[in-house]
Amino acid sequence: MEKKWEEMTPEERQEVLIQRWLSPKDPQGENLKFKTPEAEAEYKARVQRLVDAIQLKKVPDRVPVLPLPNMFPVYYYGITVQEAMYDYEKCFAAFKKFVLDFQPDATMGCMGPGPGRFYDLVDYKVYRWPGHGVGPNQCYQAVEDEYMKADEYDALVTDPTYYFLTVYFPRAFGSLKGLSLLSPPTYVLEFYPTFSAVHFIPFALPPVQEALKVMAEAGAEVLKWIQGVVGWNLEIMASGFPLLAGGGCKAPFDTIGDTLRGTKGIIIDMYRQPEKVLKAVEALVPIMIKMGSEAAKQNGVPLVFMPLHKGADGFMSDQQFKTFYWPTLKKVILGLIEEGCIPFLVAEGGFNSRLEVIKDLPKGKVVWMFDQTDMAQAKKTLGDSACIAGNVPTDLLAVGTPEQVKEYVKKLIDTCADGGGFILTNGAFFDEAKPENVKAMVEFVKEYGVYR
Amino acid sequence: MDLVEAIADLREEEALKIVKDRLSAGEDPLKILEEARKGLEIVGNRFASGEYFIPDLIYSGEIMKQITEIVKPLISQTTQVKKLGKVVIGTVAGDIHDIGKNIVVFMLEVNGFEVYDLGVDVLPERFVEKIKETGAPILGLSGFLTLAFDSMKRTIEALKEAGLRDKVKVMIGGGQVTDEVRKYTGADAYGKDAMAAVSLAKAWVGASSNFGRR
Repeated sequence: MEKKWEEMTPEERQEVLIQRWLSPKDPQGENLKFKTPEAEAEYKARVQRLVDAIQLKKVPDRVPVLPLPNMFPVYYYGITVQEAMYDYEKCFAAFKKFVLDFQPDATMGCMGPGPGRFYDLVDYKVYRWPGHGVGPNQCYQAVEDEYMKADEYDALVTDPTYYFLTVYFPRAFGSLKGLSLLSPPTYVLEFYPTFSAVHFIPFALPPVQEALKVMAEAGAEVLKWIQGVVGWNLEIMASGFPLLAGGGCKAPFDTIGDTLRGTKGIIIDMYRQPEKVLKAVEALVPIMIKMGSEAAKQNGVPLVFMPLHKGADGFMSDQQFKTFYWPTLKKVILGLIEEGCIPFLVAEGGFNSRLEVIKDLPKGKVVWMFDQTDMAQAKKTLGDSACIAGNVPTDLLAVGTPEQVKEYVKKLIDTCADGGGFILTNGAFFDEAKPENVKAMVEFVKEYGVYR
Repeated sequence: MDLVEAIADLREEEALKIVKDRLSAGEDPLKILEEARKGLEIVGNRFASGEYFIPDLIYSGEIMKQITEIVKPLISQTTQVKKLGKVVIGTVAGDIHDIGKNIVVFMLEVNGFEVYDLGVDVLPERFVEKIKETGAPILGLSGFLTLAFDSMKRTIEALKEAGLRDKVKVMIGGGQVTDEVRKYTGADAYGKDAMAAVSLAKAWVGASSNFGRR
């Protein structure tokens, strides 16, 4: 009889997720039908190549190569970002062309541009997007603000879900202001039936009803879009290309710094109310673990994408990193590993001063993707314990030549690929790039990165 | 108690108390402001030497903001402090990232430059206008996204078209900016960090740089 998930060891859980990654199912639960036997063989070889590079148990057949774009597929296909955000079919076609033309070992999918009409409907304040603050051919960009005020840490920690729903949502979404009137669901107790009843009063209020109406409409739009995404995923997998990540989450410090308080806000808090910050990051640990691992399990892909922002070199001192950033990030990483997942940590900026600290993790369970970190030092410090990935510079892809790209890739492979444990990627997610440079990056790895 | 030291060591409450105490003792607000500025200069030096990090810089700016708010209303006459030179700066069109740019502004200001910060998503013509208006000999262009490369290039071209290119030195910086990008955009120099921006600006106005090669 099959073991229940709860009874499995973390290793067994990871094995289950890897098997599901290797043998994807269609929505009916049947084995996915690949387009050709070659596509199936290539698909499995690609997953195995990534697994070998990550687990450090054996050397893969060659260095896996992942060109990880931001809006590049949109530009490459010749449509605007605005078109990609509002005409889903065009967006899917663009990302399909990218995968088929550049033949990566895995893809982050086609979700980047996202459903534009959703942002319109909810009046999303956290971003500017084409037609709403940036030009038609520019990527959306985040607008940092104090969406959470300095004196709201206690409210966040006491009930994060209620805080998000009734305080963060009304500030982040212009059309959802009415949600601020909702009662905490945890007040509905077996106590005295009238007390339960009164907490339903907010649903009768026009601002709440208005918000709920918008949410229903916005949700329907996202549902329409995600059905296309699922179809895209199945087709791309059937063509031989694995999905790279099954879910995503953030470092607790970034969740507060990026999402709630903003850079300046959380920095001032580290000095004025350090205890509150520490309590809050702690409170977010189980939420982040659940966010990443549930999606990974649902999608049958063990990798969990984690973009890291405010822990980069210079963004805080080593002491602050060890106090505010790393302890709860480490707990999230370990919690994900416990659930059989493989955290894919995207260390944006430089992580040179952090390498000694972050090596303190179990062997062969994570990927560190580096942007501007010294890769020789990264290999030296982490090579025995973790798979590293990186770091072809985005500027080189944008303004360099294919020869320069090849030269860089060669040096990178010579520095990092020895003995396995290396995935070649770009350093940061790219928008503008010369297609011939992206091609040179992928093709040269396939030629030069073979282990013999 | 020393105000310069309190600010340099980021002791917020102490610094504010000193300011209030000295004001109520009837001290010259200009003198207090000058000492506060010296404290910030030390913060800038510690940042340049790697002792301080971005959070320290931002926190010191926050302390300074509060001091200025207390002191400013009490100042009747303004004194003309001799500045090293003028710099126009901003994040280029299409890009709204400003953390790096703000650090450069801070470091230029504490090092004696008069900085005109145009903010984010600044169109080429606004840069040109401001250069004309201020006569600044230095232009700093910041950008985080790759799309900023083209905006930088267009801004420098606009400078050329306005006949100002030979009167203005242009430095660029931000996220993915390297010397390759400098060549592509036609800028005079690129800086890897805020200290590089100060060194460049000082070299361009003929002042000696106090980083590293003293």
